[in-house]
Amino acid sequence: MAKTFTGRVVVPGTARAEALVSHGGFNTLASYQMGLMFGDKQAKCGDQNNADIYHMPMAGKAMCLPQTIGSTTGGMVLFCACAMGRQPACMLFSKPIDSLAAGGVILGDVWTDATMPVIDNLGDEFLEYVKSGMTVTVNADGSVTVE
Amino acid sequence: MKMQLTPEQQAILDGSRGEVVAKVMKSLVMFGETFGAEKLVPITGDFGHMVISFGIGVMKPVYDLMDQLIEAGALPQQQFTVDPKPLDPNIPTNLLQDVVFKVIMYSQQKRYDEQLKKLGLMKSDAYTCTCYMDEVGNKPKMGDVLSWSESSAVVYANSVLGARCNRNSGIFDLFGAIVGYVPYFGLLTDEGRKATWIVDVQTTKKPEAQILGSAIGMKVMEEVPYVRGLDKFLGTELNNDVCDYLKDFGAATASNGAVGLYHIDKLTPEAVEQGESLIAENAQIYVIDDAELERIVAGYPCVWKDPDARPKLCFMGCPHMSLNQLKDWTHRIQSGLQKAGNQKVVIPTVFTTSPAVKAEFEKTTEAIVLKNSGVILSDICPLMYMNNPLCGKMPVITSSNKLRTYTTAKFYSDDEILAQITKGGNC
Repeated sequence: MAKTFTGRVVVPGTARAEALVSHGGFNTLASYQMGLMFGDKQAKCGDQNNADIYHMPMAGKAMCLPQTIGSTTGGMVLFCACAMGRQPACMLFSKPIDSLAAGGVILGDVWTDATMPVIDNLGDEFLEYVKSGMTVTVNADGSVTVE
Repeated sequence: MKMQLTPEQQAILDGSRGEVVAKVMKSLVMFGETFGAEKLVPITGDFGHMVISFGIGVMKPVYDLMDQLIEAGALPQQQFTVDPKPLDPNIPTNLLQDVVFKVIMYSQQKRYDEQLKKLGLMKSDAYTCTCYMDEVGNKPKMGDVLSWSESSAVVYANSVLGARCNRNSGIFDLFGAIVGYVPYFGLLTDEGRKATWIVDVQTTKKPEAQILGSAIGMKVMEEVPYVRGLDKFLGTELNNDVCDYLKDFGAATASNGAVGLYHIDKLTPEAVEQGESLIAENAQIYVIDDAELERIVAGYPCVWKDPDARPKLCFMGCPHMSLNQLKDWTHRIQSGLQKAGNQKVVIPTVFTTSPAVKAEFEKTTEAIVLKNSGVILSDICPLMYMNNPLCGKMPVITSSNKLRTYTTAKFYSDDEILAQITKGGNC
């Protein structure tokens, strides 16, 4: 059954993609570093501490997460993913976006041609409901439909 | 919420300093508005600090952006230090590693080093994650507003020095310094520095800094903890030993979680001044006892192909070691080797520190003792060194929780590391 959630639009846009769900904090550097460094077009997650998504492709997915954690290179890593066309289709935060992720998505929006809508504050219920593999649609009004 | 800009700031946004600086300002305004900032405030610290120190080939978009900034004259208004370099010829490598490191991975290093010079690197050797050490000379004062990145440096500057800095992303550190302002929100505000977690340390002995920090980081994520009960073990004076402890503790909170500021009851400057009035209403409570620390360590995954493999390398110093730590570890190794009946460490071991601290250490009597023990002293970034498939397959041990988090290095306590490198087994 489809369910729609409402959050805050950080970067506007629309997207429809398969969900990839991290229930714990998403460590951007640990997740992306090896994939970006060695030309993995699928950007498979390299974070050994994140059992939800370790080894799963992240490029083109609807990345569902609470917040990002870890190194302050995180924003730069997201910027590079955007500039190299290996970014998620969208980033959907259950909590308010953190400063590192915000830096990265803004760099991607202002300094690259990538399109990656970003919605935050979707609530804990969103992250409990959505499962990896479900289809997620980011609508023009910023609402997020999960089915 | 729309940010209120001064006429000067609005003019920059409108292009008075050119199109590229206008984009820099646009990025900062978007960043601030995302967090409800109503204004930009001037940077008051003397120097910046940047996290990006490496010229990785596939991160070319970053260096192209740096070229854009330099060509447009969009230069920082203050000099800066930067994180450690990823390469050091003193670290043992084989031919294959040399090719992978220099030709494939860090093919942009020379280009980026030149860019850093043009952007205003403080000194040619100002490459370290511990820029706040006296020997390095980038030590902010209490209340200074900073545009820094590097999670371990930001959390130290906020917590131990009382400066004010958000957890800025790499590139945004530079953006703030280019316009001279940062958005006023989060850890820059009194409200944002209130603790939303109380951590009660109830262990029977002094907890290992790296494990305590890891536990707290994983629990509170990006929130601010107020830690009680540590003064029993650390005392109430910010001396060298305590600052070293807090450096390593903070790095673990920031890498295992996303902590940008912590308060230690009776010890860190704001906690000394304001006490428990720093704790926000309805703060959550986390009790840490011996069992909780054991649970945390037991949960660390070991991703070595052979979990029982004999370690081939030991890295210590992520973040970079202080002069005090280098001397202390030299004495511990000397004593450990004597007890084990060995002349040199039995596992190749690298201690990392800043170039400035290294130069000071080399003037001490301990320097020759450490060298004779076989330990290599380097100013490399161990994290960057290990970020490749060749090192990923190598069984490396460390007592750094940051290095454990970002690489395949296996974590051991300080005592276990000492035993492994001096006699080849655990205590």
